[in-house]
Amino acid sequence: MIRFTWLRFRAQAAVVFGALAALAVVLAVTGLALAHRYDTAAAACQARGDCAAAMNAFASSDSSLQSFVKLVLLAAPALIGMFWGAPLVAREFETGTFRLAWTQDVTPTRWLAIKLGVVGLASVAAAGLLSLMVTWWSSPIDKAFMDQWGVFNLRDITPVGYAAFAFALGVTAGMLIRRTVPAMAITLAVFAAVQIVMPLWIRPRLITPVHTTSPLNIAALQETGVTGNGRLQVIEPANIPGAWVYSSQIVTPGGQPASSEPATPACTTGTGQACDAYIARLHLRQPVTYQPASRYWFFQWYETAIFLGLAVILAGVCFWQIRRRRSEELHLPHLHANPKNPALERSG
Amino acid sequence: MTAVLEASGLGKQYGRRWALRNCTLAIPAGRVVGLVGPNGAGKTTLLHLAVGLLAPTSGTIEVLGRRPGGPAGLGPVGFVAQETPVYAALSVADHLRFGAWLNSSWDGELARRRIEQLSLDPAQRAGSLSGGQRAQLALTLAIGKRPELLLLDEPVASLDPLARREFLQDLMQVVAEHGVSVVLSSHLIADLERVCDYLVVLVASQVRVAGEVAALLASHHRLSGSRRDPRTLPANQEVIEESHTDKQSTFLVRTDEPIHDPAWTVRTVSLEDLVLAYMSQARDARHLAHPRLGVLR
Repeated sequence: MIRFTWLRFRAQAAVVFGALAALAVVLAVTGLALAHRYDTAAAACQARGDCAAAMNAFASSDSSLQSFVKLVLLAAPALIGMFWGAPLVAREFETGTFRLAWTQDVTPTRWLAIKLGVVGLASVAAAGLLSLMVTWWSSPIDKAFMDQWGVFNLRDITPVGYAAFAFALGVTAGMLIRRTVPAMAITLAVFAAVQIVMPLWIRPRLITPVHTTSPLNIAALQETGVTGNGRLQVIEPANIPGAWVYSSQIVTPGGQPASSEPATPACTTGTGQACDAYIARLHLRQPVTYQPASRYWFFQWYETAIFLGLAVILAGVCFWQIRRRRSEELHLPHLHANPKNPALERSG
Repeated sequence: MTAVLEASGLGKQYGRRWALRNCTLAIPAGRVVGLVGPNGAGKTTLLHLAVGLLAPTSGTIEVLGRRPGGPAGLGPVGFVAQETPVYAALSVADHLRFGAWLNSSWDGELARRRIEQLSLDPAQRAGSLSGGQRAQLALTLAIGKRPELLLLDEPVASLDPLARREFLQDLMQVVAEHGVSVVLSSHLIADLERVCDYLVVLVASQVRVAGEVAALLASHHRLSGSRRDPRTLPANQEVIEESHTDKQSTFLVRTDEPIHDPAWTVRTVSLEDLVLAYMSQARDARHLAHPRLGVLR
């Protein structure tokens, strides 16, 4: 049964792994050049002391290939779910071949287990390889950007979890709907919804964030100014390297926002130094809510485990369904939709 | 008589509708059994229950002494489903691999020989086969596992008359070579007339008549003569079908005794007439408040 599953699957596997191999060649060639350019740029900017600007410029280069790999990584799990997952069982129902497959010496349960195993492993392997390649290729850019949380779902191991989930989702949709195209549509819709819900509402709540309050660093003030109604405006992003910052405010020692302070002439008309001196006297503080950089891998494993867990639950639904199926009417759409054979329509 | 397929009070319900209800029958070994009935009689449901694609709602079914749907798979039963499904994208040779890999008792040599005899191209995709060739391929898959029992669900319904004849001839050859028991269903007796030596007529999930074709033909007669009340017929003549004009009566009767009444013109009946008589009897019975019992054996 493993060999037969492979026989039916190998053409699709060849297409996907062939495309991955081609992408690997492109990424290897451009990746080496990218790493070299990063090293050169980093050495040069350290000598000049303008690394922030230099790194920004570097990170923005090669943006078309960057957008392309980002798109591939975003789409890959959804495509796996739609084209490998959804048809896996639905096609057998649609074409009626389940009556051939399930009347051999292999039970439907074992048949499903092997199909899920072989194609599921291929899905996970494809997503894993893709993520590995892209993570390596983009490591100079990621170092320059210093925003590991911004590409959290496009690097390291999370794509593996997404692929496993999308695949199981597709199979389950096919098992329940028993028609390939609607199952593909449902798979895409549900997967997209989960990919929106996860980063917006679930990922931020997985672990309680850290709260710190530190004195405002006057030297690092990014911008000061005056609001329309004559109040002070102070802008300084939280300076915690590699952190995922949920919120960052600037408040007075009393806990009021900095904009509650009036903008004195020092800031409205005075020099920058005068304004800074005025702000320093206010003893402003900066409370920050964030996930420290050290939690990155914990989040990676946590989220991957969640999606793998969902995949296992969906696989369980599939096994439950394939057992329950024996008590349901067999869907034979290909028979009933055949106008050449009206005699068959109601047959037994 | 050992039964290859035995059902007792077998029923299958979908929601509130019974697709098969209280079906009791025994199909003997070593025969080519025609399972005949109108559309909706429950033939496909019965066969799907027999191969474990469905689980019974009530009653029991045993095939070769085993309950279908167990963990061992189908065992020595070959099944050709309605419309003979095959994998359109796979080649003929791939289908033989499928048979070999999914069955413990696969006879690869036999399957290869059959494909050769049928002059099918092993490299051809199953999707481009003709209906007749596809049916032959599906039959090859069922035979390749060396079954003791072959179940075929309307195998010739979608074939043209020539392909129909070729398929059935081929099937008969297989039966002769391997001595396998066969059950094939059809809603048309004409399909099965040439090949069956045993007949089961299933109407509205009930077995109306079952028996050897020769014995059935010998025990049914068409009587015609001057008009007569059926109640005046001898007790050993069971009326299956009757029709009357002003002056004349015609009866199709079942009896194991010879008919001596000189008032009758006695004619033999064809298998088709016989089956149709039982089917229409069942249909009429459904319209009556007190259904007449069919012949159950």
